[in-house]
Amino acid sequence: MASTTTFRTFRDGWSRVPLIGWFFGALLAVTLERLVGDPLALAVGLPKIPALFGLDIMLKKPLLIPNAVLYGLLVYGLPMGIATRASIAPANRLATGLFRLPIVVTTVVYIGFLYAILHVWAGVNDYRALVLKLTLIAIMFTLSLNVINGYMGEFSCSHPGFMALGAYCASVFSLGLFVDNRFFGTALLPPALGPFLFPVALVLGGILAAAGALIVAVPSFRTRGDYLAIVSLAFLFIVKSLIENLEYVRGPRGLSGQPDWANLPTVFLWTVACIWSINNFVRSTIGKALNAVRDNEMAASAMTVNTRRTKMVAFLFSAFWAGIAGGLFAHVLRYVNPGTFGIQTLAEVLAMVYFGGLNSVYGSIVGAVSISLLGEVLRPLEIFKWIIIPLLLILVMIYRPTGLIAFKDVDVTALFRPKTGPGDEV
Amino acid sequence: MPVLEVHKMSHNFGGLRAVNGYHLEIDAGQIRGLIGPNGAGKTTIFNLISGIYAPMEGEVLLNGQKVNGLPSHRIASMGISRTFQNLLLWRHMTVLEHVKMAHYSRIRYGLVGAFFGTRKRRREEEEIAERALELLDMMGIRHLANQVVLNLPYGAQRRVEMARALATEPKVLLLDEPTAGMNPEELVQIMEIIRRAHREFGLAILLIEHRLKVVMELCERIQTLNFGEVIAEGTPEEIQNDPKVIDAYLGKESVI
Repeated sequence: MASTTTFRTFRDGWSRVPLIGWFFGALLAVTLERLVGDPLALAVGLPKIPALFGLDIMLKKPLLIPNAVLYGLLVYGLPMGIATRASIAPANRLATGLFRLPIVVTTVVYIGFLYAILHVWAGVNDYRALVLKLTLIAIMFTLSLNVINGYMGEFSCSHPGFMALGAYCASVFSLGLFVDNRFFGTALLPPALGPFLFPVALVLGGILAAAGALIVAVPSFRTRGDYLAIVSLAFLFIVKSLIENLEYVRGPRGLSGQPDWANLPTVFLWTVACIWSINNFVRSTIGKALNAVRDNEMAASAMTVNTRRTKMVAFLFSAFWAGIAGGLFAHVLRYVNPGTFGIQTLAEVLAMVYFGGLNSVYGSIVGAVSISLLGEVLRPLEIFKWIIIPLLLILVMIYRPTGLIAFKDVDVTALFRPKTGPGDEV
Repeated sequence: MPVLEVHKMSHNFGGLRAVNGYHLEIDAGQIRGLIGPNGAGKTTIFNLISGIYAPMEGEVLLNGQKVNGLPSHRIASMGISRTFQNLLLWRHMTVLEHVKMAHYSRIRYGLVGAFFGTRKRRREEEEIAERALELLDMMGIRHLANQVVLNLPYGAQRRVEMARALATEPKVLLLDEPTAGMNPEELVQIMEIIRRAHREFGLAILLIEHRLKVVMELCERIQTLNFGEVIAEGTPEEIQNDPKVIDAYLGKESVI
């Protein structure tokens, strides 16, 4: 008993660390890794800096587990633990100061901090940067699907199709206008203009995806439940085989050579924009109407909610973000083919949504990050990866049927609040 | 002029004549009762007036304007609100969110506000929340504002539904068995709430009720329904002594 109490008091020391304190700690840890990571890794007997918190090394070479754990402790655990604990008072003062500023300024400061951490972390090697970008895209994609499968309570299978539409639209835009290549001829506009028009490419992709969503929505929203699942699954196959048979976009061979515009800041900013706007939407009364429609449509319409409009708007909005995610995806990999957007992608994103938590912005982030990282970390196990991830999903479904963090949106004021006294933590 | 008029409204379900030639006129500030045995078509009449079904014949006029055939959210935003017999609440939403949701049709910030969180939206959401809290105060459930409805006792859920119905700022309120499943103490409270709502908002109220005590106390006039038709109409005393009503409830006395 005594040991549990001491452990609790030990742990409670960190409950007063405000978010900015954690950010400081993380920034310190990643900077430390950047500066002394290589010699430290050699010193503890690792060949190089472990890419994903040492987890990747543990599976490849189980003998190195103690070394990897030691490395993780030295680089992340100890510096973060000590720095956050030691800086509680100044961090809370800073948090209080930031909290008094207009919410926009505060948010920008926090997001800047978060970006700095990710930038330093991803700067260690290209593999990390790629994993991070794909994870951010997975967050957008998962969140957009959660609007339909979680908030609206329908079951959409067409999201990879929307992603494909976005990916191809953005690729055709950037390849056709800014790149000399075999399929679309010479560039029509000077390539230097490209990065500035990249948002236009993405938004066009999003709009095309939303137009695709309209095609699904018009016939299937007259009914509820399984019908949307079936119609949307059909839509996914239609999009896939349409692209496969469209010689204009080189059919199953896919498009390659997209310009390298989707760098980390771009992907990060689009992800922030996606989380921000979806979080705004689901917290507004207009967005809450989705929950009302899901829980009881008759009551919703008796309470003046235009249920059809509500469902339409959410579906198109969600498809729009899936399309943006697709455009970014194509430009991160710089290659896109129709095979990518099949049943497997659907299964993966559904796993992210249900693993993380339905009806939840946090849940989508957690689900997308954990399944993406698991996918990368378990890569050495090859085919067994596809046994372990579903098993985990089954376990989550048994013990937490709505997912890890269900029913939780982001409340920025609660997030940024300083933790000065016990009264402030409510 | 009556605020709500229903003329010769009829509706069939397959071969069943659920409602036949129903007729109603309510002035603002009147409370009318609708009674009848189970399956007489009372709830169907509510569903027809509130637009969940479109009546096959006849018309429904709100302030002289035809509303039958409109989608139910339009009818609701024009001023016909209702509660449901079997409490149709949204299980994952809080009490406050329920009442805020009923302001949906009056939200002006639109999709731009919803997506981008404009200042206009923040102001409007605050106003809605304030009005919702006032209603919760009136219902005596302000302290439950941030509770998820699923966790509330039955009586409180009834009040949430009532607050939600009033939040649409109706001219006509249709109450479908508001006292179902309540104990005598809760019964007195809910009757007081109905009276207050009636007094403060000057509503026309149409009330379906099985407990005659409630109907007799609240209503000025009562209609009795059997097999989709009005078989008697009048003041509580007249209804109580009407042989046709007694027949409908108790059956005919057979001569042996």
